[in-house]
Amino acid sequence: MARIVGIDLGTTNSLVAYMDKGTPRVIAGRNERNMVPSVVAMTDNGLIVGDPAKEHLTRNPARTVYSVKRFMGKSLADVQSELAYFPYTFTEQGGVIRFKLGEKTYSPPQISAMILKELKLRAETHFGESITKAVITVPAYFNDSQRQATKDAGMIAGLEVLRIINEPTAASLAYGLQEKTQGMVAVYDLGGGTFDISILKLKNGIFEVLATNGDTHLGGDDIDRLIADLFIDEIRERHGLDLHTYPDYMQAVRLEAERTKIRLSDVLKTTATLDLPDGKGRFTRELTRDQLESLTMGLIERTLAPCRKALKDAELTPEHIDEVVLVGGSTRMPLVRQRVQELFGKTPHCELNPDEVVALGAAVQADILSGGTTDMLLLDVTPLSLGIETMGGVMSSVIRRNTTIPAGAKEMFTTYVDGQTGVDIHILQGERELAKDNRSLARFRLKVPPLPAGVPRIEVTFLIDANGILNVLAKDMRTGQGQSIEVKPSYGLSDSEVEQMIEDSFKFAADDVSARKLIEARLDAGALITTTEKSLLEGGHLIASDNIAATRTALAALSAAKDGTDPRVIRARMADLEQAAKPLTVAHLNDSLTKGLQGKKVSEVT
Amino acid sequence: MDHQHRHSSSPRELQMARSMCWHCQSEVSGEYFCDRCVKVQPVSKELDYFTCMGFPRRLTIDPRQLESKFYELSRAFHPDFFQNKSAEEQTISLGNSAMLNSAYRTLRDPIQRAEYLLDLEAGAVKDIRTSPPADLFEEILELQDTLDEYRAADRASDTAATLCAKLQMERTTLERRQQDMENALQQLFTQWDILQDRGEATDQTRAERDRILKHMRDILSNRTYVKNIVNDLVATIS
Repeated sequence: MARIVGIDLGTTNSLVAYMDKGTPRVIAGRNERNMVPSVVAMTDNGLIVGDPAKEHLTRNPARTVYSVKRFMGKSLADVQSELAYFPYTFTEQGGVIRFKLGEKTYSPPQISAMILKELKLRAETHFGESITKAVITVPAYFNDSQRQATKDAGMIAGLEVLRIINEPTAASLAYGLQEKTQGMVAVYDLGGGTFDISILKLKNGIFEVLATNGDTHLGGDDIDRLIADLFIDEIRERHGLDLHTYPDYMQAVRLEAERTKIRLSDVLKTTATLDLPDGKGRFTRELTRDQLESLTMGLIERTLAPCRKALKDAELTPEHIDEVVLVGGSTRMPLVRQRVQELFGKTPHCELNPDEVVALGAAVQADILSGGTTDMLLLDVTPLSLGIETMGGVMSSVIRRNTTIPAGAKEMFTTYVDGQTGVDIHILQGERELAKDNRSLARFRLKVPPLPAGVPRIEVTFLIDANGILNVLAKDMRTGQGQSIEVKPSYGLSDSEVEQMIEDSFKFAADDVSARKLIEARLDAGALITTTEKSLLEGGHLIASDNIAATRTALAALSAAKDGTDPRVIRARMADLEQAAKPLTVAHLNDSLTKGLQGKKVSEVT
Repeated sequence: MDHQHRHSSSPRELQMARSMCWHCQSEVSGEYFCDRCVKVQPVSKELDYFTCMGFPRRLTIDPRQLESKFYELSRAFHPDFFQNKSAEEQTISLGNSAMLNSAYRTLRDPIQRAEYLLDLEAGAVKDIRTSPPADLFEEILELQDTLDEYRAADRASDTAATLCAKLQMERTTLERRQQDMENALQQLFTQWDILQDRGEATDQTRAERDRILKHMRDILSNRTYVKNIVNDLVATIS
C-alpha cells in the first residue's frame, strides 16, 4: 500500500504530516518551518507558494491570493459582503468564483491545488518517493459543495483524496492517541477563517461524534479585519489618508493588525506601526489587550451560540463534558480561552500545538486507512440536514443534521400527469423551512417511462459517504433497472472542468518546477551570502588573508550568479563559496564554541 | 431491565442478502464475513433493524448493550477498514455501514424504536397520525381560543394577566397529561416485552398483542399532538 499523508489545508497556514512508527509528525520544509502559509503569488517568474509568496502580499497584492479557503464552493453572491477586503479581481463562471491573476483566471480549487502541490513536494522530498494519496481536513461545518471543491483541489494537485475528514474530529484523534483523552469531549476549533464545535464520545478507541455546529465564515481573519478597520479609520482622521486606495498598504495594515493581535496574546500592551504612503510618515498606535477584547468581544460571542446548539443536539449540558480541547491559532487569544472555560466550566486542553494538531490527526486517519492503526475508528456526522424541494418551495428533510455517516435514505417519486417523462429534483442542504433559504446543492432530472400519472415508481437513494459527500442513485421499481443520474452541482466544477484543470496543471507543472527551482536557489543563495558576510565580519581575523580573498571572490561570483536565471549555475557558485569559506566557517565555529563555554559550569556543558 | 440479559446472550444471527457468498459462491452460514474467502457480505435491505443489530423485537433495550453492539458492527463494516479492498467490498461496506447507522439511530430512541416496531408489527393500525386525545378535544379547542385572545391582547392589560394565568393552568394540566402518557407507554412497552418473551401464538395472545399495539399507536399519535400544543403554549407565554 502506497504511503498516505495527512494534510491540513488551512485558511492561513497548511501542513502535511505522516505517521512515524505510531507517532504522528509534521513534515518541515527546507526552511525548517512546519507551516506553509496558504498564499499563492503569480509572479513574472511563475507561481510561488508559501513563505516566499507571502512577501508578495504587499509587493503585488492584486496577484497574490490568500485565504482562498473562504471562497471554496462559493459563488460571488455568497461572498459579496467581503469582496471589498480582497485586492484581486473576481469573476464567476458556472457558479464558481474565479480569481483574475494577470492574464489568466483560476478557480479556488486550482489555487488550493497549488498549496497542496507544495505540501506534496515537501512529503516527496522527505520520503524520497512519489506521494499520490492523502487525507485532507475540512471544517466540520463545510457543506457538500465546499467538500467537493476540496476534493477537486486534491485531484488537480495529483492527489487521490482517500478521505475528507473534519478538522475538530481530526484534532480529537490526535488527542485521543497522544493524550489518551476519554469520555465526552468538546472540540472548539477557531481557525483563520472558520469556526467549528464538535461534541464527541471517546470510548475504547471509538471516536463517535454526537453533534457538530459552526460558522464557515468566522475566524482570525475577521478579528484582523476589525483591528485593521480601526487603524484605517484613525489614519484617515490623523493623516487624512484613505488607505483603501492603496491595495499594497491595505495588505500591510492587515498584516500589522494580525501581528498586533498575536502579540497581545502574550503582553497586555503593544504598539502597532505602519509606514504610510506618499511620504506621510509613520502611523503608530498603542493598543491594549483590554481594547482588543472590547473590540472583538462580539465576534467571540458569536462562537458560543453554535456551542450551545451542538450541546443541545447531543442532548447534553456543559456538566456532561469531561474535556474541552482547543484547536486553531485563534484559540491562543486569552479572551477565547476565558469564554470557552466559562461556557463549559472547565479548563480547556491545549497540550498539543493548536496550529499542528489537525494535521497530526489527519496523519492518524491516514494510518487507519492504510491499515496501520486498527484500534481507532472515527464515526463522524453530517453537519447539515439534506433535503429536497417539495411543492410550494418547502424543503423536506431526507437526512437530518448530526446523522452518523455513512448515511442513506430512500425517497419514492412518481408523476402527476399522464405520460410525464421526467421529474425534476432539487437537492438542498440546510436547516431552514423554505427551499430558497437553504443551500442549493444540485439539480437533476429523473427519467421516467411515459405512463399514466402515479404509475411510475422511481426510488431515489441519497447516500452520504464517509467523506460527508452526497451520492445519488435512482432505480425504477417496476423494472428494477438502475438509472445513472447526471447531477449538475449548483456551486461546483463539473467533472469535465476538473479534468481540464488537471490537464492544465500538468502542462504548467514543468514551467512551475523550473520557476520554483530558480526562486528557491535565489533564496538559498541570499541566505548563504548573508551568513558568510556575517562570519567574515565576526571571524575574519581568525583566518589567513588568502582565505579571506578566496572567500570574497566566491561571494562576488555567487552574487552575480544569483541575478541570473539558471538555478544550476547558482547552485554551483554556492558550492564554490561553501568550499572557499570552509576555513572561515571552521575557525568561526570553534571560536564561538570556546566563547560560549567560557563562564559556564561543567555541569551545563553536556 | 433484567429480562434482556437472557435474550442478548443468544442474539439472532445476522441474516445476509444471499445465503451464498457473492465472491466465492460458498455457503455463508450467517456471520458478516464469508467463512471461506473472508469477504464482507451485504446485509439484506429487507432486514429489520432489530435483527440487523442482533436484538429481539422488544421495546426495552439496554442502551449500553445497544451501543457496544453498534461499536462492534461499526468495526466490522466501516469503510475505513476497506480502503485496501476491492471496489465490490467497498460498496458493501458503505451500504452496510449506512444501514447500521440507521438501525442504531432508530433503536437508540425509545419512541422511534416503538414507532418502528409498530411499523413492523402492526399492519393496518401502524399509521401514526398526529391527533388530539379524544377526551381533551373540547379543552384543546378552548385552549386554542385562549391562546389567540392572549396573542391579540395588550400584554400590560388585566385581561392579558387573567389569560396568562389561565394558560399557565392549562400548561400544568397538559404537562401532567404528558407524564401520564409517558407512564402508560412504559407500561405498554413492558407488557409487549412480556408477551414477546412468552413467545406463545394462541388466539388469546394474538388479541392481547393487537390491543397493545393499537393502544400504543393511539398514545404515540396523541403524544406528538400534545407536545406541539405545549411547545406552542410555552413559546407564547414566555
